[in-house]
Amino acid sequence: MSGIRIEALRKRYGSGETAVDALKGVDMEVAPGEVVGLIGPSGSGKSTLLKCLGAVIEPTGGKMVLGGKTIYDDGWKISDLRMLRRDSIGFIFQAPYLIPFLNALDNVALLPMLAGHPDDESRERAMELLEALDVAHRAAAMPSQLSGGEQQRVSIARALANHPPVILADEPTAPLDSERALSVVRILHSMAHQYETAIIVVTHDEKIIPTFRRIYRIRDGKTVEEAGEGRSTAEEITE
Amino acid sequence: MISLAGRDILHGWGKFVLTSVGLGLLIGVTLTMGGVYRGMVDDAKVLLDNSGADLWVVQRETLGPYAESSSIYDDVRWSVFGMPGVERAANVTYLTTQVRRGGEDTRVMVAGVEPGEPGAPGQPGYLTAGRHLARSHYEAVADEASGFRLGDTIRIRRNSYTVVGLTRRMVSSGGDPMVFIPLKDAQEAQFLKDNDAILQQRRRTAANPSLNRPGVPGMLDGVIASQGVNPYVNAVLVRLLPGADPEKTAEHMRRWMRLEVYTRAQMEEILLGKLIATSSKQIAMLLVILAVVSAAIVAFIIYTLTLGKIREIAVLKLIGTKNRTIIGMIMQQAIALGVLGFMIGKVSATFWAPKFPKYVLLEVRDAATGFAAVIIMCVIASLLAIRVAVKVDPAEAIG
Repeated sequence: MSGIRIEALRKRYGSGETAVDALKGVDMEVAPGEVVGLIGPSGSGKSTLLKCLGAVIEPTGGKMVLGGKTIYDDGWKISDLRMLRRDSIGFIFQAPYLIPFLNALDNVALLPMLAGHPDDESRERAMELLEALDVAHRAAAMPSQLSGGEQQRVSIARALANHPPVILADEPTAPLDSERALSVVRILHSMAHQYETAIIVVTHDEKIIPTFRRIYRIRDGKTVEEAGEGRSTAEEITE
Repeated sequence: MISLAGRDILHGWGKFVLTSVGLGLLIGVTLTMGGVYRGMVDDAKVLLDNSGADLWVVQRETLGPYAESSSIYDDVRWSVFGMPGVERAANVTYLTTQVRRGGEDTRVMVAGVEPGEPGAPGQPGYLTAGRHLARSHYEAVADEASGFRLGDTIRIRRNSYTVVGLTRRMVSSGGDPMVFIPLKDAQEAQFLKDNDAILQQRRRTAANPSLNRPGVPGMLDGVIASQGVNPYVNAVLVRLLPGADPEKTAEHMRRWMRLEVYTRAQMEEILLGKLIATSSKQIAMLLVILAVVSAAIVAFIIYTLTLGKIREIAVLKLIGTKNRTIIGMIMQQAIALGVLGFMIGKVSATFWAPKFPKYVLLEVRDAATGFAAVIIMCVIASLLAIRVAVKVDPAEAIG
């Protein structure tokens, strides 16, 4: 199974008496095509876990396997984390954080271009994603000309642009109303299924928690796996 | 690959253009200052070129006639003319003064030259209208830049002169246009006293027992007559025969005539190295200040623009953008700002240079040097912003 798997992941900030263990041995496994929720109170270690999974900060110990490849085992197993983030991890943020001086199409096409794909091919791939997310008609619009929902869909397309094995979504529905929030989750489920991508959604949003089949609850730096209500299909969510 | 710098500039083109205009005007001022310096150098060279002289014979221990006052007897000219290797010798006087033109004053350099000797050293080289000086009194040939036209009357001290000829690019080392008048008038103008002063001088002479001796009739009249005559000129300009060695001829004159003689190279050194040296240093200092101010402005602008994009830079880094790409984006923006600013500055300087009250010589090589300096300055100025961008943590995008 590819997707992402982490075992006994630990993260300690500082050293000596002032050291803080933010992650005390987190286990998690998300299969391709699966969307799981990661919930927990403030200060429970959600952001730290997300940063470790996103190869932004280095864990203190444990193991991470991404797309069938061990990327961390008590130390990074790859030298270029920037390339890892570019090619293997998609990011969706609370706010869309689109590049304001690029139109919707180029915001999405930028990733394949950064990966060295030709401009035409990159834009073609970006347009396919925008079509899949139903915002192709806004491809030429600048981010400031897009609605909040459209911006978030473009940011989802950007996360999918390099077909990464995992997407990390940090509170992707926080600024949206119920209808739009459910719409975004529906899209995430659909995209995970369509592109065989594992998606981890960090959320506080009570509206969308029932949509996950599996939930990881994080508390005091440790995760507990729980069964969700599993309304993971588009039809179920809208019921 | 998308040009991130280009897209960012197009996205906020209004701010970018306005910033470039501000920077461009500053660059325009800088180019103009450089042009003023070049103009001063050119004025000095033109003064020497247009004098048509190979040697300048002046008072001993002076740097005359342009840098210091020099006074030698006007009959020295004939002794100089008799020296081996001399083709022509001409007396000249120079006097920088205000003259009236219509209702306003114009600063000019009045040159006294022998009338009826066109082509002699010190004479206006060529005329654009009218004729050369032909009469011994009250005629003038003026540089076009003085604003005088043929037939105009120039008031110099107590006398009026009719403009009979116009010339071009005959200026002093300070850039003042020249007005040529007959030598005798110029000699008189240099030492001309008002009537009260003349009466006072005569009374003092008469009261001096050594000049008004009772036993020597006619002595007082002779002394007073000599006081009303000015037999001095500022310099004798010499043109040498073809093949004559300027340095040897000058040395010969120094030895036998006990006067100072300067060659063309020495005179150029006096004008450029001494006369305009202080102005050159002032302009150089201003250029340095303007360059520092321009660099500070570019640095501040690029730094501010970068600070406004910290979140975007964090996102770009998080999604795998190389530092090199982000550095390139910032540097390209700084260079684009410099290029546009330089273009605006060059156009501005070219536009206002002819209207500048001093001769501004904008040379292509100075523009090329200026362009290179602007680009280097912009690259250096962007380093601060690049430092900030490089330090941005991709984790900032996650929060």
